Amino acid sequence: MRNILIICKKELRSYFVSPIAYLLLTMFAVIFGFFFWNSVGYFNMMGLESQMRGQSFPMSVNEYVIRPLLSNASVIGLFFIPMITMRLFAEEKRSGTIELLATSPIRDIEVIIGKWLAALTLYVVMLAFTAVNFAFLFRYGNPDWRPLAIGYLGLLLQAGGLLAVGTFISTLTKNQIIAGAATFGVCLMLWVMEWVAGYETAAWARVLAYLSVVSHFESFAKGVLDSKDALYYVSLIFLGLFLTSRSMESLRWRS
Amino acid sequence: MITVKNLSKRYARTVAVDHISFEIQKGQVVGFLGPNGAGKTTTMRILTCFLPPSDGSANVAGFDVLEQPMEVKKRIGYLPETPPLYPEMEVEEYLTFVGKLKGMSGPSLATRVGEVCERCAVADVRKKLISKLSKGYRQRVGLAQAIIHNPEVLILDEPTAGLDPKQIIETRDLIHSLAGSHTIILSTHILPEVEHICEQVIIISKGKVVATDSVQNLQNRARGAESVVLEVEGRDGALDSKTIQQRLEMVSGVSRVLFKESRANRSFFEVESLKDRFIRGDLARAVVEAGWNLNELRPSAMSLEEIFLQLTGTEKTEPAEAPPAVEEVAAPVAQEESK
Repeated sequence: MRNILIICKKELRSYFVSPIAYLLLTMFAVIFGFFFWNSVGYFNMMGLESQMRGQSFPMSVNEYVIRPLLSNASVIGLFFIPMITMRLFAEEKRSGTIELLATSPIRDIEVIIGKWLAALTLYVVMLAFTAVNFAFLFRYGNPDWRPLAIGYLGLLLQAGGLLAVGTFISTLTKNQIIAGAATFGVCLMLWVMEWVAGYETAAWARVLAYLSVVSHFESFAKGVLDSKDALYYVSLIFLGLFLTSRSMESLRWRS
Repeated sequence: MITVKNLSKRYARTVAVDHISFEIQKGQVVGFLGPNGAGKTTTMRILTCFLPPSDGSANVAGFDVLEQPMEVKKRIGYLPETPPLYPEMEVEEYLTFVGKLKGMSGPSLATRVGEVCERCAVADVRKKLISKLSKGYRQRVGLAQAIIHNPEVLILDEPTAGLDPKQIIETRDLIHSLAGSHTIILSTHILPEVEHICEQVIIISKGKVVATDSVQNLQNRARGAESVVLEVEGRDGALDSKTIQQRLEMVSGVSRVLFKESRANRSFFEVESLKDRFIRGDLARAVVEAGWNLNELRPSAMSLEEIFLQLTGTEKTEPAEAPPAVEEVAAPVAQEESK
C-alpha cells in the first residue's frame, strides 16, 4: 500500500509540474461547459414552447439536462483518456527509469496500481470541475441529486476501465505518441462497437454491443445503479490491470 | 557475496551471455571488462533481477535472483548505463523518491539524502531540476541514487561513460571511497579505469569469461617478455624492409619481428623478445652495423590493453571501432594525474 502511494504521488506530481494536467483540465472544463450551456439553452427553449402552447408537459431537469450531459461527458472522456495514460509506461521505458523501478524492492503490481490510481485521480479532478456547472442547476432549479451521483459513479467506473486499458497499451511501446494513438483507437472502437446492434441481431452483434463501454453507461446516465453494468466496468478495470502486469513481466523476458 | 554459476542468457537469435561463472568476495571492487556487446550489461541486469537468466544461477548477498528477487533488490544499488533520472524532479526530491522506493522513510531518509548529496558532490544542485543538469552532474546523481540505501552490493554499468577527464577522476575517487564497505562490480571498456579502481578483473568477450584475475597478476603475466618498437631508416634512399626484418630476426633472443609499415625510406617494426631476454642493445648494434640509421628504439610495455586484446581475440582496434573520443582523450590524462 505504501509503495502504491509513493508511485501514485510521484505520477501525480509529474502530471502537475508539466502543462499536461492544466491543459487537460482546461480543455475538459471548456468543452463540458459548452455542452452544459447548450443543454440549458435547449431546455429553456422547450420551457418557453410549452408555455406558449398553454399546455405544460412535465419538464425534468434530470431528464433533459443532466442525463444528456452525463452521456456527453462519458464520450468526451473517451477522447481525454489516451492523453492521460500515454506517458505512464512509455516514458519510463524511453528514459530507462523503468530499470530503477524494476530493480527496486517494489512489486510490479504496486507500480501498476500506483500509476493507474494517479491517472484516475487526474480524471476525478477533471470531473470535479464539472460540478461548477451543476451547482448552477441546483441554485436555479430543483433537480434530484441521486441520479447525478450515480451518473458520476458511472463516469468514474467507465474511466477506470478505459484508463486501465490505456495503461496496458502504454507498456507496449517506448513511444508516447504510438501509445496515445493506439489507446485512442481502442477507446473509439469500444465506443462505436455498439452501433452494430442497430441493424443486426445475430449473436456476434449482441456480443459486440455488450462489450461496448457506452452501452453500459446508459443505466448510469439514467440514474439507475445496475450491478450488471457496474460489474462490466469493474471487470474491465481488472482485465486492463491484469494485462498490464503480464506485459510488464514479458518485458523482462523479451528485452 | 556474489556467486554466478553457468549463467546464460539467450535471446531469440543471439546468445548474450554464455555459461559464465565467477565469484566475488565481500568488499571487493571488481572490474567487468569487455568490448561493447560482450554481455556486460546483460550480466549486470541479471544480477539486479531486471532480467531473468535463461540458464544457470546467480546468487547475490546470499539470495538467488530468481527465487528471492525482493531480498536481492533490497541489498543492491544499481546504476544503469543511462542514469534512471526523472527530468521533471529536483535532485533532492528525486533522491527522496528513490529512498522511499528502497523502503526508507522519515527523518533518517532526509539525513541520508543530505549525506549522499555531499558524498557525490551534488549538494550545490540539490534544488535544481534534473533536466537542467549537465551530464557530469546527472551521472553523479545516478550514483547517489545507487548508494542512497547504503546497499551491500553496488552494480555500476559504465559509471564514467561520457564524463570529462576531471569528472572521471572524481567519480573514480568516489568509487574508491566506497570500496571496502561495499562490494562493487563496475563494467567498463576503458582499461585504465580498471587499473586504477579495481582489485580484480573479469574479462568477458562474446558472452564468455576469458580471464578472471587480479590486475597485478594480469600485468605480470604480460611483463615476462619485452616488446620493442623500432624505426629504421635506409641511408641512401634504398631500403628493403624484408632484408631488415631478416636481419632483426637473426638477433639472438628475438622471438618475433612484426613489420608495421614503411613510409618513404623508413620502416617500422615491433620486436618481441623471448622470456626474460633483453634485446635492445643487440638490436641497436645489429641495425647500425648493417649500415642503416636507427631513428627510434623504445620499449613498449605490454599494457592491460594488449592483454585484453589478446584475450578477447580482437585485432588492434581500428579507429572506427575505438571507443568515443572523449574516453580516449580522457584515459591518458587520468593516468598522469593519478601518478
